[in-house]
Amino acid sequence: MPEKIEDIEIQLLLEGLYQRYHYDFRHYAQASVKRRLKQAREQMGFTSFSAMQASLLRDPGMLNSMLGYLTVQVSEMFRDPSYFQAIREKVAPHLRTYPSLKIWIAGCSGGEELYSFVILFREEGLEQRTMFYATDINQDALAKAEAGIYDLDRIQLFTENHRKSGGKSSLSDYYSAAYGKASFDKSLRKNVVFSDHSLVTDAVFAEMQLISCRNVLIYFDRPLQDRALGLFRDSLARKGFLGLGSKESLRFSNHAGAFTDFVRDEKIYQKSAV
Amino acid sequence: MQPEAIVIGASAGALEALSVIIPSLPADFGLPVMVVVHVPADKKSILAELFQAKCNIQVREAEDKEPVRGGTAYFAPADYHLLVEADKSLSLSNDEPVLYSRPSVDVLFESAADAYGPGLIGIVLTGANQDGAKGLNAVMRAGGRAIVQSPEAAYAAAMPEAAIAECPGARVLSLDEIAVYLQGVQDT
Repeated sequence: MPEKIEDIEIQLLLEGLYQRYHYDFRHYAQASVKRRLKQAREQMGFTSFSAMQASLLRDPGMLNSMLGYLTVQVSEMFRDPSYFQAIREKVAPHLRTYPSLKIWIAGCSGGEELYSFVILFREEGLEQRTMFYATDINQDALAKAEAGIYDLDRIQLFTENHRKSGGKSSLSDYYSAAYGKASFDKSLRKNVVFSDHSLVTDAVFAEMQLISCRNVLIYFDRPLQDRALGLFRDSLARKGFLGLGSKESLRFSNHAGAFTDFVRDEKIYQKSAV
Repeated sequence: MQPEAIVIGASAGALEALSVIIPSLPADFGLPVMVVVHVPADKKSILAELFQAKCNIQVREAEDKEPVRGGTAYFAPADYHLLVEADKSLSLSNDEPVLYSRPSVDVLFESAADAYGPGLIGIVLTGANQDGAKGLNAVMRAGGRAIVQSPEAAYAAAMPEAAIAECPGARVLSLDEIAVYLQGVQDT
């Protein structure tokens, strides 16, 4: 039982958010949630979490900015280049044996990882046969992912990451720059479905050959991590691949037995055949 | 109140400073030590391996959702924040850098202050920025103890100076004094 009033207030706010709007953060790792809610409270000018909760319950207009605080994450294209190199060199050869592919970027945030995959698949000759599912619970993030527009000052990092991942083309082939922004080509979105989906409350929606979900599970507590991993297991085809963040692992999960290490250092797993 | 845990933050000059403190802790040291050192995001951090070789206590890189154990030093991995949960387990986060830093000393200290309250000892060492000052203040407000490396002897004075300015009640000690203090801290 929480001893501090603030912790009680946070639990009540999260309960209210769930009952009123069906967004469920009750099983997120609490230390980060608290930090983010404190930011929201300060920047929105509330004196307490209770006051913020009262407003949130009555004003649906507050929901999006609240979700912004609770879910926003800054990602990069080809973040952890060695991960994408492993996808390219170790996973892609297996994917080539399928006539059609479905891949799922779970928790796609602003779309950086999605575009990384589409570009990689184009370079590897796999894009045409692939349907990409990009999901997130944050509508603003999905809209941003669908727009594919990033600040130009981030492009140098993206370009460097792409090169390190073994990129076979120039990243500049895929965007046009204007007014300090890089706008990614709409042809990259041809085979992409953007969708609102929650790993906390939603279910399986298609059978995937590859799921990439990086730096999402660290925000969940253990039982919720298990729920999400169970969802991934049920969504993957036999011998399908699961990629997690560099500090995430199946080691402590109830579902560890359903997967085998495929590229251990990169946290790429393969669903067992049985 | 009997101390339960130690958090340490260090930046420029961290390696030398930590080399005075952590290897001096005895094998039967009972408290956990959580450490944030500012390291470049694209580097795989080798701090844990480096220190394990010369320490009596266990040293490792922190893993997400790992329960905190006494007699163990945990280093935050490069490019992740390290936090302590109320149930005394560790969690990592990918949230935006704080004061250009990820891992951030403030993030670790503030979450640990929440989890341990008066049982926490916060230590700010050498560094060339302001990270750790707010965090150390949170440690004090929660009733914990605050220690700052004396800026005159620090490789980079800015971080200890900022911490002292934010926490006037903090003890200001040399590295050797901090080491001696920690060795005896379980008897206090």
